[in-house]
Formats: sequence, structure tokens, C-alpha cells
Amino acid sequence: MTGTIPDVASPRAKRSQAMRGGINTELYAWLFMRVSGVILIVLIFGHLFVNLMVGDGVAAIDFAFVAGKWSEPFWQVWDLLMLWLAMIHGTNGVRTIINDYAERDVTRIVLKALLYVALVVTVVMGTLVIFTFDPCPVGSPADLLPSFCSA
Amino acid sequence: MTALADAPEAATDMGEIPSFEVTMRLERYDPDVENPQARWEEFTLTMHGTDRVLDALHKIKWDQDGSLAFRRSCAHGICGSDAMRINGKNRLACKTLLKDLDTSKPITVEPIKGLPVKKDLIVDMEPFFASYREVMPFLITTGNQPSAERLQSAEQRARFDDTTKCILCAACTTSCPVFWTDGQYFGPAAIVNAHRFIFDSRDEGGTQRLQILNDKEGVWRCRTTFNCSEACPRGIEVTKAIAEVKRAIVTRTF
Repeated sequence: MTGTIPDVASPRAKRSQAMRGGINTELYAWLFMRVSGVILIVLIFGHLFVNLMVGDGVAAIDFAFVAGKWSEPFWQVWDLLMLWLAMIHGTNGVRTIINDYAERDVTRIVLKALLYVALVVTVVMGTLVIFTFDPCPVGSPADLLPSFCSA
Repeated sequence: MTALADAPEAATDMGEIPSFEVTMRLERYDPDVENPQARWEEFTLTMHGTDRVLDALHKIKWDQDGSLAFRRSCAHGICGSDAMRINGKNRLACKTLLKDLDTSKPITVEPIKGLPVKKDLIVDMEPFFASYREVMPFLITTGNQPSAERLQSAEQRARFDDTTKCILCAACTTSCPVFWTDGQYFGPAAIVNAHRFIFDSRDEGGTQRLQILNDKEGVWRCRTTFNCSEACPRGIEVTKAIAEVKRAIVTRTF
């Protein structure tokens, strides 16, 4: 049983004076979660609706379907927004959990470093793919290309 | 005639308070033994339908084990001394009737969580009160003192009525999972008491208080789990009060 907590530091012992009146990231992080959450509801359900319900529905999803979507600037912007907002929203959520539950400084720093690396890698790779995606790269062997490339 | 003769007997039956056996399972902690360790101890008592958890604790302390330590002052739900974790929920021992709990199983009583235990059910309330002091829970005004009362309309008074009910029992703060993590969070009680003055039309320290609560350990650590609102023995809508403080900070910033 956890009957005893030997040392609870007095509240906010580590608070830096610099925090006061300065830019408070927690306020903006909190606001971002609310705003991005609302936008993500529209983006994600719109995404699911277009991919799974419209036309042939889920049966229509293949390489050509995705390639077709990414040839239009509208879906490029849609997917880019979804990627960035979802990744930052999720990262911030996990960040608060780490802040809450990682007791040792080392654990916290390592976990957060891993988290931020994952965020940056995913966002950079995703952004790169959305904008540089070419379904029919020039000079590739014909048997590796989808059928519509020859047309 | 028989009906009349039976009457007094029936009356005593009706007035009789039902009694029952109940097992109290208390978390004990004695700091003075060699290797202090929290342990569970059970006491079986005969209690009545009108008895509260506090009465059971009294019975144990007075009749069975005088070494049991717990706080209580008024015993009527207003001093806020006897908040404890009863069957896993933070409540006041003096406002919890035994008959309302499941007496077929032992009733567990633990000290409130997140504060250092001093002995048995007594915790060190100092970190809790330190947060309370930090939000400056007193009227702040500028200029000359008025020669009469500081007047306020009924609507202005109603704005913060809910948060005036706080008795500082710490049931809310010690039910908050964010407070449990490291004890650095201001906690619901401090925010409730800041709310009481922030939304008071007579008070002029609102900006300062909002600045204090716009802290890394301030209102933004609230995850709206509603544990505090559920725990409050005074029925204060704690989570709502915290949300109002958040909104006040946001609207002040933008």
C-alpha cells in the first residue's frame, strides 16, 4: 500500500519567476488542443466519408485512387492539414501525459526526445510525400508502374 | 381493547433504530515504530442506522483502540477537518451515513491521497494551504476605503455564490489525479477560492490572480476529469469554476 509519501515538495517550488507575465506556452497548448480538435473532427470525418462512402466506397481505394486525390491541390491541402494538426495534437497530448507521469528527469527528457523525433520525422516525411508524390516516375521499369501510367 | 393494548408496543418498534454489524477496514500508519509502514486493520462494531462513519471511528477510538488518529472538529460537515477516502471516494466522515454504504463488506477508510501521511488518517495539509495562500484568498482593493459598505447587486453576488461554499477540506484537491502525480499542481481548491474573488465585483485583484493561475502548474494542468466536482461535500461545481477561470484567462489574453 502506498500509505506514505515521504516528501512532497511544497507546491510549485520550482516555479521560475521568468514565467510570470511572459509567454505561457501552456495557455497556447491548451487553446491549440481545442481549436485543432474541432478542425480535426471536420477533416477526419470528411476524409472517411470521401474515402469510404462516396461512389464505390471502400472498394474504390487503391493506388490509383490515392494518386488521383494527390493530384488535386484541394486534397493535398486537406491531407497536409490533417497530418500536421493530428500529429501536433497527438504529440501535445502525449507530452502532457509524460509530464504528469514521468517522475525522474532523465525518464522525462528521454521520452520527450523520442516523442519529438517521432513527430518531426512523421511530419517531414508526410509533407514530402504529399507534395512530391508522382505515381509514374520517369524511367521506372514498366512492370512496377500502375496500369494507368502507360496511358 | 386489544388494539389499544398493542399500540405502545408498536410505537417502540417504530421508533427503534435498526442496528447492524459493520466491519471498518482502516489504513493505519504509525510514524514512531522502527520501520514505519502503512498497514490495514479491521474493527467489527455494532452500529445504528443513524450512525456516520465518524461515529464508527469514535467508537473505535473510544472503546477499542485509543491510538487511532484522525482529525475532526465540528462533526457537522462545516469545518472541513475529516475528509478521508471512504470506500475509495473522498468524503467527509461526518456526512457519510454507514447505512448508505455497503455494510455487507468491510468499509475501507484511508487518508486522503497526494499529501504526506503523518499518522493513520491525518495528513500534512501544509502543501494544500500553501497553494491556497498563493492565490491571495482575500479582498484586494485600491483607492480610499469607502465610508459605508461596498455595495453589490444580487446578480453580482450570485456570480460567485457557488465558490463561496468551500470549507477547505481538501477532498477535491486530493481526488485529482493530476495533483497525485507530483503535488505541484495548484489543485481545485485553490482555483475555487481564487474564482471566489476573481468574479467578485468588489475585488480588484483579479488580474493578479489570473496571472498566478496562468502558470505551468496552474489551471492548464486541469484535464476536466470531474473527480473534484464528484468529491466536493459541499456540492460546488468545481470543474465548472476551473473552466470559468480558464475562459477568463483566455479572454483576457486575446
